[in-house]
Amino acid sequence: MALRFKKPSVLPGFGLALGYTVLYLSLIVLIPLAATFLKASTLSASQFWHIVSSPRAVASYRLTFGASLIGALVNLVFGVLVAWVLVRYQFPGKRLFDSLVDLPFALPTAVAGIALTTIYAPNGLLGKPLASLGIKSAYSPLGVAIALTFIGLPFVVRSVQPVLEDMDKELEEASASLGANRWQTFARVVIPTILPAALAGFAMAFARAVGEYGSVVFIAGNMPMKTEITPLLIITKLDQYDYAGATAIAVVMLLVSLLMLLPINLLQKWSSSRTANDAEVPTEELVPASV
Amino acid sequence: MATADTINPGGIMRIRPATAATAESGLVRGALIGTALLFLVVFIFLPLGVVFAQALAKGLSTYWDSLRQPDALAAMRLTLIAAVIAVPLNLVFGVAAAWAIGKFEFVGKSLLITLIDLPFSVSPVVSGLIYVLLFGAQGWLGPWLMKHDLQIIFAVPGIVLATIFVTFPFVARELIPLFQAQGQEEEEAALALGASGWQTFFRVSLPNIKWGLLYGVILCNARAMGEFGAVSVVSGHIRGRTNTMPLHIEILYNEYQFVAAFAVASLLALLALTTLVVKSAVEWKSRRQVAKAARWDGEEQTV
Repeated sequence: MALRFKKPSVLPGFGLALGYTVLYLSLIVLIPLAATFLKASTLSASQFWHIVSSPRAVASYRLTFGASLIGALVNLVFGVLVAWVLVRYQFPGKRLFDSLVDLPFALPTAVAGIALTTIYAPNGLLGKPLASLGIKSAYSPLGVAIALTFIGLPFVVRSVQPVLEDMDKELEEASASLGANRWQTFARVVIPTILPAALAGFAMAFARAVGEYGSVVFIAGNMPMKTEITPLLIITKLDQYDYAGATAIAVVMLLVSLLMLLPINLLQKWSSSRTANDAEVPTEELVPASV
Repeated sequence: MATADTINPGGIMRIRPATAATAESGLVRGALIGTALLFLVVFIFLPLGVVFAQALAKGLSTYWDSLRQPDALAAMRLTLIAAVIAVPLNLVFGVAAAWAIGKFEFVGKSLLITLIDLPFSVSPVVSGLIYVLLFGAQGWLGPWLMKHDLQIIFAVPGIVLATIFVTFPFVARELIPLFQAQGQEEEEAALALGASGWQTFFRVSLPNIKWGLLYGVILCNARAMGEFGAVSVVSGHIRGRTNTMPLHIEILYNEYQFVAAFAVASLLALLALTTLVVKSAVEWKSRRQVAKAARWDGEEQTV
C-alpha cells in the first residue's frame, strides 16, 4: 500500500488552507529564525564560546534563571493554593478574583513594570516597609523575582483549576472512609491527581519568565554583573551595534526555549492523559435518567 | 447533608454532615482563603490600583492633559495601526491553519502545531532581533533595502512585523481544538445538500466557532497593543514617529514624568480590564453552548 500524505476526506480547501498556513508560517516565523541561526554560524566556534561564556553573560544567565526559578516556585505553591480556594470554597467576590487571575496575561508588561517599580521602590507602598526591615526589593535581584512572579502567576492556577473541577469527590470520600485524615487524603489523593498539571504550569511559568523583558527592566536597576537580565544584555549589545554578540546570546536563549518545549509538552500530555480517563464518562451523568 | 437524610429519614439520631470527612475545618478554610486572597491582592490588585492612583494623583485635568499631548496621541495612533494590521492577518492565518489541522489528518501535523506555537516560547527581545538581523542595515536584506530606499527597521513596517510575530499563535491555537472537537459531520451534511465549499465554510463551520474566534481575536489584540520588548528592539524610539504606547510610557517614566506615564498606562490597563470582561463573558457563553449541546445529545439518546 502506498503511503499517503493525507487521509482522504470529502471536505474541500485542504490544499489552500495548508498552503497558506505553511507560507505565512515560513515568512513570519521560520525564515527569520533560520536567518538568526545562519548569522550566528558566521562566528567561529571559539568566538561564539567567548561571547556566550563571558563573565557578564554568565552573570546575566545566573540572575535570569535563578529569579525565574524562584518566581515559578512561588507560583507553584501559591498557584495550587489559589486554584484550590477558587474551586472548593465559596466567598464573596470569588468571581472577581477568579477573572482577575488572568490580569498578568492581559496587562502590557511595561505597565506592570512601572506599577511594580512604584510599589517596591524605596519610598513605595511595600518598598518602604521592606526597606525598614533592611530588605532592598526594587533595583535588586529580589525585584526581578517579584516581577517574574507577577507575569507567571496565571499559569499554575489555570492549569490546575480544571483538574480540580473534574476530580471525583468519590476518591476523597473513599480515602476518608478508609480512615485517612484530611491531610493524608490531600497528600496521597489530591496532590498526585493535580501534580502533572501543576508541574506543567510551573514549567510554563518558568519558560515565560526566562524570556521576559518589559516588566523586569524598570524594577531591576540594570547594573551589569548584578541586576542585568539576559534579554537586556541582548538589547545593550544591539545598542552598541554589536550584532554578532547580540546574535550569539539570542541563540543561547532560543536553544533554551526550544529545549523547554520538550518537558512542557510531555507534562501536558501526562496531565491530559490523566484527565482524559474521566472525560469519557460524563454526558450521561449530566442528564437526569428520567428525561 | 443529603446522604445523611436518606440514610436516616426520620432524623431521630443526629448524624454529622456527610461532607465533614472531605472538608477542612472552618479555621483551616479561613486561613487558606485568607492567604490566597492576600497573595492575589498583593500581586494583582495592588499593581492595578497603583496605575490608576498614580495617573490621577494630580487630578483629572492633569490626567486629561497628559493624554492629549501630541506625542501621546501619535503613540496611540501607531499602536492602533499596528493592531489593525496584525490582528486581521493573524485572524486569517488562524482560521486557515485551524481548518487544515482541525478538519484533516495528514503527516507532520503535530510538528506543524509545535511550529505555530513557537513565537510564544521565544523571548520578546529575540523576536525583535530576528527582524533586525533580516532587515536592518547590517542584516541579510539591509543593503538591498537601502538601495531601493525602503526602511523596515526603525520604521512602522518593522513595528508591525514584530507585532505580528508575537501575536502569531493566538487565533490558531483557540480554533484548532474547536475544529477538532466538532468533527466534520455538519460540513458533510451541508456538502451533501449541495452547498459549495465556501458556503459550507461561512454558513456552517464559521458560526460554530464564533465564540472561540472572538476569544482568540481579543487576546491577540490585547497582546498586539501591549507588546513592549519586541517592538522596542525594532522601533528606534523616534518620538512622535516610531513610538507605540508602551514605548511612550517607558520614555515618560525614564524622564520622571510619572503622572503622564501612568496616564498612558491607565489606558492600556483599561484595555486589559475590558479584555478580561469580554473573556469572562465569552467563556460563560461558550460553556452555555456546550451545556446546551450536551442536553440535546442526552435527549436524543433517551428518546
